[in-house]
Amino acid sequence: MEKVAIIKYNAGNVCSVDYALRRLGIEPVVTADKETLLAADKVIFPGVGEAETTMNFLKAQGLEQMIKDLKQPVLGICLGLQLMCSRSEEGVNGTVDCLNIFDIEVKKFIPKRHEDKVPHMGWDTIGHLEDDLLKGLNEEDFVYFVHSYYAPLCDYTIAQADYIQPFSAALHRDNFYATQFHPEKSGRVGAQVLRNFLDL
Amino acid sequence: MLAKRIIPCLDIKDGQTVKGINFVNLRQAGDPVELGRAYSAQGADELTFLDITASFEGRKTFTELVKRIAANINIPFTVGGGINELSDVDRLLSAGADKISINSAAIRNPGLIDEIARHFGSQVCVLAVDAKQTEKGWKCYLNGGRVETDKDLFLWTKEAQDRGAGEILFTSMNHDGVKNGYANEALANLSDHLSIPIIASGGAGKKEHFRDAFVIGKADAALAASVFHFGEINIPDLKLYLCSQGITVRQTKSSD
Repeated sequence: MEKVAIIKYNAGNVCSVDYALRRLGIEPVVTADKETLLAADKVIFPGVGEAETTMNFLKAQGLEQMIKDLKQPVLGICLGLQLMCSRSEEGVNGTVDCLNIFDIEVKKFIPKRHEDKVPHMGWDTIGHLEDDLLKGLNEEDFVYFVHSYYAPLCDYTIAQADYIQPFSAALHRDNFYATQFHPEKSGRVGAQVLRNFLDL
Repeated sequence: MLAKRIIPCLDIKDGQTVKGINFVNLRQAGDPVELGRAYSAQGADELTFLDITASFEGRKTFTELVKRIAANINIPFTVGGGINELSDVDRLLSAGADKISINSAAIRNPGLIDEIARHFGSQVCVLAVDAKQTEKGWKCYLNGGRVETDKDLFLWTKEAQDRGAGEILFTSMNHDGVKNGYANEALANLSDHLSIPIIASGGAGKKEHFRDAFVIGKADAALAASVFHFGEINIPDLKLYLCSQGITVRQTKSSD
Protein backbone atom coordinates (compact mmCIF):
# COMPACT_ATOMS: atom_id res chain seq x y z
CA MET A 1 0.00 0.00 0.00
CA GLU A 2 1.11 3.54 -0.69
CA LYS A 3 2.63 5.35 2.25
CA VAL A 4 0.79 8.60 2.82
CA ALA A 5 1.97 10.97 5.53
CA ILE A 6 -0.01 13.89 6.94
CA ILE A 7 2.17 16.60 8.45
CA LYS A 8 1.23 16.87 12.10
CA TYR A 9 1.27 20.34 13.53
CA ASN A 10 -0.92 22.63 15.60
CA ALA A 11 -3.63 22.87 12.94
CA GLY A 12 -7.30 22.17 13.28
CA ASN A 13 -8.22 19.70 10.60
CA VAL A 14 -5.50 17.05 10.65
CA CYS A 15 -7.96 14.40 11.81
CA SER A 16 -10.55 15.34 9.15
CA VAL A 17 -7.96 14.65 6.46
CA ASP A 18 -6.98 11.42 8.21
CA TYR A 19 -10.62 10.26 8.23
CA ALA A 20 -11.13 11.26 4.57
CA LEU A 21 -8.17 9.13 3.47
CA ARG A 22 -9.40 6.18 5.53
CA ARG A 23 -12.73 6.40 3.69
CA LEU A 24 -10.67 5.89 0.53
CA GLY A 25 -9.03 2.80 2.00
CA ILE A 26 -5.70 4.44 2.85
CA GLU A 27 -4.16 4.31 6.32
CA PRO A 28 -2.09 7.46 6.58
CA VAL A 29 0.45 8.27 9.25
CA VAL A 30 0.08 11.59 11.03
CA THR A 31 3.57 12.70 11.96
CA ALA A 32 6.06 15.54 12.41
CA ASP A 33 8.97 13.09 12.15
CA LYS A 34 11.23 14.15 9.28
CA GLU A 35 12.48 10.66 8.43
CA THR A 36 8.91 9.37 8.11
CA LEU A 37 7.83 12.35 6.02
CA LEU A 38 10.82 12.07 3.69
CA ALA A 39 10.16 8.35 3.20
CA ALA A 40 6.44 8.73 2.36
CA ASP A 41 5.12 8.32 -1.20
CA LYS A 42 2.74 11.24 -0.75
CA VAL A 43 2.65 14.05 1.80
CA ILE A 44 -0.39 16.09 2.79
CA PHE A 45 -0.01 19.50 4.42
CA PRO A 46 -3.41 20.38 5.88
CA GLY A 47 -4.26 23.56 7.65
CA VAL A 48 -6.82 25.46 9.60
CA GLY A 49 -5.44 28.27 11.68
CA GLU A 50 -3.54 31.52 11.52
CA ALA A 51 -0.59 32.02 9.17
CA GLU A 52 2.04 33.66 11.37
CA THR A 53 1.51 31.38 14.38
CA THR A 54 1.69 28.36 12.13
CA MET A 55 4.84 29.54 10.32
CA ASN A 56 6.53 30.13 13.68
CA PHE A 57 5.57 26.60 14.70
CA LEU A 58 6.94 25.10 11.48
CA LYS A 59 10.21 27.00 11.92
CA ALA A 60 10.54 25.92 15.55
CA GLN A 61 10.04 22.29 14.54
CA GLY A 62 12.56 22.56 11.71
CA LEU A 63 9.83 21.64 9.23
CA GLU A 64 10.09 24.80 7.11
CA GLN A 65 13.05 23.75 4.96
CA MET A 66 12.05 20.08 5.04
CA ILE A 67 8.69 20.81 3.35
CA LYS A 68 10.42 22.87 0.64
CA ASP A 69 12.87 20.02 0.02
CA LEU A 70 10.22 17.31 -0.43
CA LYS A 71 10.48 15.57 -3.82
CA GLN A 72 7.34 13.39 -3.73
CA PRO A 73 3.86 14.80 -4.53
CA VAL A 74 2.75 17.19 -1.77
CA LEU A 75 -0.81 18.46 -1.33
CA GLY A 76 -1.43 21.62 0.69
CA ILE A 77 -4.98 22.29 1.86
CA CYS A 78 -6.48 25.70 2.76
CA LEU A 79 -3.95 27.35 5.09
CA GLY A 80 -1.51 24.77 3.69
CA LEU A 81 -1.92 26.39 0.26
CA GLN A 82 -1.44 29.86 1.68
CA LEU A 83 1.71 28.87 3.61
CA MET A 84 3.18 27.45 0.39
CA CYS A 85 3.08 30.97 -1.13
CA SER A 86 5.88 33.51 -0.69
CA ARG A 87 4.18 35.65 1.94
CA SER A 88 0.77 36.35 3.47
CA GLU A 89 -1.01 39.46 4.68
CA GLU A 90 -2.14 37.40 7.69
CA GLY A 91 0.71 38.53 9.94
CA VAL A 92 0.92 40.71 13.04
CA ASN A 93 2.45 43.54 11.00
CA GLY A 94 0.35 42.85 7.92
CA THR A 95 2.85 40.46 6.36
CA VAL A 96 4.51 37.16 7.20
CA ASP A 97 7.12 35.30 5.15
CA CYS A 98 6.01 31.83 4.11
CA LEU A 99 7.53 28.84 2.29
CA ASN A 100 7.90 30.52 -1.12
CA ILE A 101 7.05 27.43 -3.17
CA PHE A 102 4.58 29.51 -5.19
CA ASP A 103 6.07 33.01 -5.54
CA ILE A 104 2.85 34.93 -5.03
CA GLU A 105 1.49 36.95 -2.13
CA VAL A 106 -1.63 35.89 -0.21
CA LYS A 107 -4.11 38.76 0.21
CA LYS A 108 -6.97 39.46 2.58
CA PHE A 109 -10.48 39.61 1.11
CA ILE A 110 -11.73 43.20 1.07
CA PRO A 111 -15.55 43.29 0.74
CA LYS A 112 -16.89 45.48 -2.05
CA ARG A 113 -20.54 45.29 -1.03
CA HIS A 114 -22.33 44.53 2.26
CA GLU A 115 -23.28 41.10 0.87
CA ASP A 116 -19.58 40.18 0.56
CA LYS A 117 -19.18 38.44 3.89
CA VAL A 118 -15.74 37.45 5.11
CA PRO A 119 -14.79 34.66 5.70
CA HIS A 120 -15.82 33.20 2.37
CA MET A 121 -17.68 30.28 3.92
CA GLY A 122 -19.69 27.53 2.27
CA TRP A 123 -20.08 25.67 -1.02
CA ASP A 124 -18.89 27.52 -4.10
CA THR A 125 -18.14 26.59 -7.69
CA ILE A 126 -14.74 26.12 -9.29
CA GLY A 127 -13.89 26.37 -12.98
CA HIS A 128 -11.08 26.65 -15.53
CA LEU A 129 -9.95 23.21 -14.39
CA GLU A 130 -6.69 22.20 -16.01
CA ASP A 131 -4.71 19.57 -14.16
CA ASP A 132 -4.66 15.84 -13.40
CA LEU A 133 -5.42 16.71 -9.78
CA LEU A 134 -8.89 17.78 -10.95
CA LYS A 135 -9.67 15.14 -13.54
CA GLY A 136 -13.19 13.74 -13.39
CA LEU A 137 -14.51 17.02 -12.00
CA ASN A 138 -16.97 19.15 -13.96
CA GLU A 139 -16.71 22.86 -14.52
CA GLU A 140 -18.92 24.55 -11.90
CA ASP A 141 -18.80 21.65 -9.44
CA PHE A 142 -19.31 22.83 -5.85
CA VAL A 143 -16.61 22.46 -3.19
CA TYR A 144 -16.41 23.64 0.41
CA PHE A 145 -14.42 26.78 1.30
CA VAL A 146 -13.70 28.53 4.60
CA HIS A 147 -11.12 31.31 4.37
CA SER A 148 -10.54 35.05 4.79
CA TYR A 149 -7.34 35.24 2.70
CA TYR A 150 -6.76 34.14 -0.88
CA ALA A 151 -4.03 33.49 -3.46
CA PRO A 152 -4.49 35.67 -6.58
CA LEU A 153 -4.61 34.14 -10.05
CA CYS A 154 -1.11 33.35 -11.31
CA ASP A 155 0.88 31.04 -13.61
CA TYR A 156 0.40 28.15 -11.14
CA THR A 157 -3.40 28.43 -11.04
CA ILE A 158 -5.08 25.15 -12.06
CA ALA A 159 -8.61 26.03 -10.89
CA GLN A 160 -10.37 29.32 -10.33
CA ALA A 161 -13.11 30.41 -7.98
CA ASP A 162 -14.84 33.77 -7.92
CA TYR A 163 -15.74 35.47 -4.65
CA ILE A 164 -15.42 39.26 -4.51
CA GLN A 165 -12.87 38.71 -7.31
CA PRO A 166 -11.49 35.69 -9.17
CA PHE A 167 -8.81 33.85 -7.17
CA SER A 168 -6.84 30.58 -7.20
CA ALA A 169 -8.91 27.62 -6.01
CA ALA A 170 -5.95 25.30 -6.70
CA LEU A 171 -2.26 25.62 -7.55
CA HIS A 172 0.37 23.32 -9.03
CA ARG A 173 4.12 23.66 -9.52
CA ASP A 174 6.41 20.66 -10.03
CA ASN A 175 5.61 18.15 -7.26
CA PHE A 176 3.65 20.69 -5.21
CA TYR A 177 -0.15 20.82 -5.38
CA ALA A 178 -2.55 22.84 -3.25
CA THR A 179 -6.27 23.51 -2.89
CA GLN A 180 -7.87 26.50 -1.18
CA PHE A 181 -11.05 24.44 -0.67
CA HIS A 182 -11.33 21.47 1.68
CA PRO A 183 -11.44 18.25 -0.35
CA GLU A 184 -11.91 16.31 2.89
CA LYS A 185 -15.23 18.12 3.43
CA SER A 186 -16.40 18.45 -0.17
CA GLY A 187 -18.50 15.33 -0.60
CA ARG A 188 -18.02 13.17 -3.69
CA VAL A 189 -16.16 15.93 -5.56
CA GLY A 190 -13.61 16.33 -2.78
CA ALA A 191 -13.09 12.59 -2.50
CA GLN A 192 -12.32 12.55 -6.24
CA VAL A 193 -9.62 15.20 -5.75
CA LEU A 194 -8.00 13.18 -2.96
CA ARG A 195 -8.22 10.03 -5.10
CA ASN A 196 -6.57 11.90 -7.99
CA PHE A 197 -3.77 13.03 -5.69
CA LEU A 198 -3.19 9.47 -4.50
CA ASP A 199 -3.07 8.35 -8.16
CA LEU A 200 -0.39 10.89 -9.16
CA MET B 1 -21.47 31.56 -6.96
CA LEU B 2 -21.71 30.88 -3.24
CA ALA B 3 -24.60 28.50 -2.56
CA LYS B 4 -27.29 28.95 0.07
CA ARG B 5 -26.91 26.12 2.59
CA ILE B 6 -29.51 23.62 3.82
CA ILE B 7 -28.70 22.25 7.29
CA PRO B 8 -30.61 19.41 8.98
CA CYS B 9 -30.31 19.48 12.78
CA LEU B 10 -30.25 16.38 14.98
CA ASP B 11 -30.85 16.40 18.73
CA ILE B 12 -28.74 13.77 20.48
CA LYS B 13 -29.26 12.30 23.94
CA ASP B 14 -26.92 9.63 25.29
CA GLY B 15 -25.63 8.90 21.79
CA GLN B 16 -29.03 8.47 20.13
CA THR B 17 -31.22 10.78 18.11
CA VAL B 18 -34.27 11.97 19.98
CA LYS B 19 -37.58 13.17 18.57
CA GLY B 20 -39.42 10.90 16.23
CA ILE B 21 -37.66 10.06 13.02
CA ASN B 22 -39.74 8.96 10.09
CA PHE B 23 -37.10 8.02 7.57
CA VAL B 24 -37.48 5.25 5.08
CA ASN B 25 -34.80 2.70 4.28
CA LEU B 26 -32.80 3.23 7.42
CA ARG B 27 -31.56 0.22 9.28
CA GLN B 28 -31.03 2.01 12.55
CA ALA B 29 -33.36 4.94 12.62
CA GLY B 30 -32.03 6.33 15.86
CA ASP B 31 -28.34 6.15 14.99
CA PRO B 32 -27.10 9.69 14.34
CA VAL B 33 -24.24 8.41 12.17
CA GLU B 34 -26.67 6.60 9.85
CA LEU B 35 -28.97 9.61 9.78
CA GLY B 36 -26.11 11.97 9.09
CA ARG B 37 -24.93 9.77 6.28
CA ALA B 38 -28.42 9.63 4.80
CA TYR B 39 -28.84 13.41 4.93
CA SER B 40 -25.38 13.84 3.46
CA ALA B 41 -26.24 11.46 0.61
CA GLN B 42 -29.42 13.46 -0.03
CA GLY B 43 -27.40 16.63 -0.49
CA ALA B 44 -27.45 18.34 2.92
CA ASP B 45 -24.74 21.01 2.86
CA GLU B 46 -23.84 20.73 6.53
CA LEU B 47 -25.13 18.92 9.58
CA THR B 48 -25.68 20.21 13.09
CA PHE B 49 -25.66 17.85 16.07
CA LEU B 50 -26.90 19.21 19.38
CA ASP B 51 -26.03 17.34 22.55
CA ILE B 52 -28.97 17.62 24.92
CA THR B 53 -27.49 15.14 27.39
CA ALA B 54 -27.16 16.42 30.94
CA SER B 55 -24.85 13.83 32.54
CA PHE B 56 -21.07 13.53 32.50
CA GLU B 57 -21.32 9.99 31.12
CA GLY B 58 -23.57 11.29 28.38
CA ARG B 59 -21.00 13.93 27.47
CA LYS B 60 -18.32 11.29 27.07
CA THR B 61 -20.69 9.25 24.90
CA PHE B 62 -21.27 12.33 22.77
CA THR B 63 -17.53 12.86 22.23
CA GLU B 64 -17.18 9.26 21.06
CA LEU B 65 -20.13 9.83 18.75
CA VAL B 66 -18.49 12.94 17.25
CA LYS B 67 -15.51 10.74 16.32
CA ARG B 68 -17.79 8.24 14.56
CA ILE B 69 -19.61 11.02 12.72
CA ALA B 70 -16.31 12.57 11.60
CA ALA B 71 -15.13 9.21 10.28
CA ASN B 72 -18.28 8.66 8.25
CA ILE B 73 -19.40 12.02 6.88
CA ASN B 74 -17.68 14.05 4.16
CA ILE B 75 -19.46 17.36 4.69
CA PRO B 76 -18.87 19.93 7.43
CA PHE B 77 -20.57 19.42 10.75
CA THR B 78 -21.24 21.60 13.75
CA VAL B 79 -21.74 20.36 17.28
CA GLY B 80 -23.34 22.22 20.15
CA GLY B 81 -24.78 21.72 23.61
CA GLY B 82 -23.01 21.74 26.93
CA ILE B 83 -19.97 23.70 25.78
CA ASN B 84 -18.88 25.90 28.69
CA GLU B 85 -15.14 26.37 28.38
CA LEU B 86 -12.22 26.20 25.99
CA SER B 87 -11.38 22.62 26.95
CA ASP B 88 -14.87 21.50 25.79
CA VAL B 89 -14.18 23.08 22.40
CA ASP B 90 -10.75 21.48 22.19
CA ARG B 91 -12.21 18.06 23.03
CA LEU B 92 -14.89 18.26 20.33
CA LEU B 93 -12.58 19.66 17.62
CA SER B 94 -10.02 16.97 18.43
CA ALA B 95 -12.78 14.40 17.97
CA GLY B 96 -13.34 15.78 14.46
CA ALA B 97 -16.04 18.48 14.68
CA ASP B 98 -15.58 21.34 12.19
CA LYS B 99 -17.43 24.01 14.12
CA ILE B 100 -18.90 24.35 17.58
CA SER B 101 -22.04 26.20 18.54
CA ILE B 102 -22.34 28.05 21.85
CA ASN B 103 -25.43 29.67 23.33
CA SER B 104 -26.10 30.10 27.07
CA ALA B 105 -22.42 29.87 28.01
CA ALA B 106 -21.63 32.83 25.75
CA ILE B 107 -24.35 34.97 27.34
CA ARG B 108 -23.04 34.11 30.81
CA ASN B 109 -19.41 34.56 29.77
CA PRO B 110 -19.08 36.58 26.54
CA GLY B 111 -15.27 36.35 26.77
CA LEU B 112 -15.61 32.69 25.76
CA ILE B 113 -16.25 33.87 22.18
CA ASP B 114 -12.96 35.81 22.14
CA GLU B 115 -11.09 32.82 23.54
CA ILE B 116 -12.50 30.39 20.97
CA ALA B 117 -11.84 32.76 18.07
CA ARG B 118 -8.28 33.44 19.24
CA HIS B 119 -7.40 29.78 19.78
CA PHE B 120 -9.22 28.10 16.92
CA GLY B 121 -10.26 30.87 14.50
CA SER B 122 -13.59 32.61 13.97
CA GLN B 123 -14.74 30.01 11.45
CA VAL B 124 -15.01 27.49 14.31
CA CYS B 125 -17.29 29.64 16.47
CA VAL B 126 -21.01 29.65 15.75
CA LEU B 127 -23.00 31.82 18.14
CA ALA B 128 -26.48 30.36 18.62
CA VAL B 129 -29.20 32.69 19.90
CA ASP B 130 -32.71 31.79 21.04
CA ALA B 131 -34.73 34.99 20.93
CA LYS B 132 -38.34 35.99 21.38
CA GLN B 133 -40.13 39.09 20.14
CA THR B 134 -41.65 40.81 23.16
CA GLU B 135 -43.13 44.23 23.84
CA LYS B 136 -39.59 45.31 24.71
CA GLY B 137 -38.20 44.09 21.39
CA TRP B 138 -36.28 40.89 20.53
CA LYS B 139 -34.90 39.46 23.78
CA CYS B 140 -32.38 36.60 24.12
CA TYR B 141 -33.14 33.55 26.26
CA LEU B 142 -30.97 31.13 28.21
CA ASN B 143 -31.15 27.38 28.80
CA GLY B 144 -33.07 26.38 25.73
CA GLY B 145 -35.55 29.22 26.01
CA ARG B 146 -36.42 28.81 29.68
CA VAL B 147 -34.82 31.94 31.13
CA GLU B 148 -35.31 35.45 29.76
CA THR B 149 -32.34 37.81 29.79
CA ASP B 150 -32.20 41.55 29.21
CA LYS B 151 -29.95 41.07 26.18
CA ASP B 152 -31.26 42.54 22.94
CA LEU B 153 -30.89 40.25 19.90
CA PHE B 154 -29.31 42.88 17.65
CA LEU B 155 -26.92 44.34 20.22
CA TRP B 156 -25.85 40.91 21.44
CA THR B 157 -25.17 39.45 17.99
CA LYS B 158 -23.19 42.57 17.03
CA GLU B 159 -21.14 42.21 20.20
CA ALA B 160 -20.58 38.52 19.40
CA GLN B 161 -19.41 39.40 15.89
CA ASP B 162 -16.99 42.00 17.28
CA ARG B 163 -15.66 39.43 19.74
CA GLY B 164 -14.93 37.02 16.90
CA ALA B 165 -17.98 34.82 16.27
CA GLY B 166 -17.88 33.49 12.70
CA GLU B 167 -21.59 32.82 12.17
CA ILE B 168 -24.92 33.49 13.88
CA LEU B 169 -27.50 30.72 14.28
CA PHE B 170 -30.71 32.62 15.09
CA THR B 171 -33.74 30.69 16.34
CA SER B 172 -36.95 32.64 16.71
CA MET B 173 -38.88 31.21 19.66
CA ASN B 174 -42.06 32.82 18.28
CA HIS B 175 -41.71 30.81 15.07
CA ASP B 176 -40.07 27.58 16.27
CA GLY B 177 -42.36 24.56 15.93
CA VAL B 178 -45.19 26.59 14.40
CA LYS B 179 -44.22 25.66 10.81
CA ASN B 180 -45.45 28.96 9.51
CA GLY B 181 -42.18 30.30 8.13
CA TYR B 182 -38.97 31.77 9.50
CA ALA B 183 -38.72 35.17 11.25
CA ASN B 184 -37.83 36.87 7.99
CA GLU B 185 -38.05 40.48 9.11
CA ALA B 186 -35.71 39.94 12.05
CA LEU B 187 -33.41 37.84 9.83
CA ALA B 188 -33.16 40.63 7.25
CA ASN B 189 -32.40 43.12 10.02
CA LEU B 190 -29.64 40.87 11.34
CA SER B 191 -28.21 40.46 7.87
CA ASP B 192 -28.18 44.23 7.36
CA HIS B 193 -26.55 44.86 10.75
CA LEU B 194 -23.88 42.16 10.63
CA SER B 195 -21.08 41.20 8.28
CA ILE B 196 -20.93 37.46 9.13
CA PRO B 197 -23.19 34.68 7.78
CA ILE B 198 -26.64 34.18 9.34
CA ILE B 199 -28.29 30.76 9.71
CA ALA B 200 -32.09 30.91 9.94
CA SER B 201 -33.74 28.51 12.39
CA GLY B 202 -37.30 27.93 13.59
CA GLY B 203 -40.48 27.85 11.55
CA ALA B 204 -39.84 25.76 8.45
CA GLY B 205 -43.01 24.00 7.34
CA LYS B 206 -42.87 24.02 3.56
CA LYS B 207 -40.45 24.69 0.72
CA GLU B 208 -41.60 28.27 0.23
CA HIS B 209 -40.43 29.06 3.76
CA PHE B 210 -36.84 28.28 2.80
CA ARG B 211 -37.09 30.51 -0.27
CA ASP B 212 -38.49 33.34 1.86
CA ALA B 213 -35.70 32.96 4.45
CA PHE B 214 -33.14 33.39 1.67
CA VAL B 215 -34.91 36.06 -0.41
CA ILE B 216 -36.78 38.13 2.21
CA GLY B 217 -34.69 37.17 5.26
CA LYS B 218 -31.37 37.40 3.35
CA ALA B 219 -30.17 34.35 5.31
CA ASP B 220 -27.03 32.52 4.18
CA ALA B 221 -28.24 29.13 5.41
CA ALA B 222 -31.45 27.59 6.73
CA LEU B 223 -31.61 24.98 9.46
CA ALA B 224 -34.56 22.68 10.12
CA ALA B 225 -35.28 19.48 12.00
CA SER B 226 -38.76 17.97 11.97
CA VAL B 227 -39.67 18.70 8.33
CA PHE B 228 -36.65 16.63 7.33
CA HIS B 229 -36.94 13.97 10.05
CA PHE B 230 -40.59 13.27 9.27
CA GLY B 231 -40.00 13.22 5.54
CA GLU B 232 -42.34 16.16 4.94
CA ILE B 233 -39.69 17.80 2.79
CA ASN B 234 -36.91 15.91 1.12
CA ILE B 235 -33.69 17.71 0.40
CA PRO B 236 -33.32 16.94 -3.34
CA ASP B 237 -36.88 18.20 -3.98
CA LEU B 238 -36.24 21.28 -1.87
CA LYS B 239 -33.08 22.09 -3.82
CA LEU B 240 -34.80 21.62 -7.17
CA TYR B 241 -37.53 23.98 -6.01
CA LEU B 242 -35.05 26.60 -4.75
CA CYS B 243 -33.14 26.37 -8.01
CA SER B 244 -36.38 26.99 -9.93
CA GLN B 245 -36.82 30.11 -7.81
CA GLY B 246 -33.47 31.46 -8.95
CA ILE B 247 -31.63 30.66 -5.72
CA THR B 248 -28.11 29.23 -5.99
CA VAL B 249 -27.94 25.84 -4.28
CA ARG B 250 -25.55 22.91 -4.55
CA GLN B 251 -27.25 20.19 -6.58
CA THR B 252 -25.98 16.68 -5.94
CA LYS B 253 -26.39 13.35 -7.61
CA SER B 254 -27.90 10.50 -5.62
CA SER B 255 -24.50 8.79 -5.64
CA ASP B 256 -22.88 11.59 -3.63
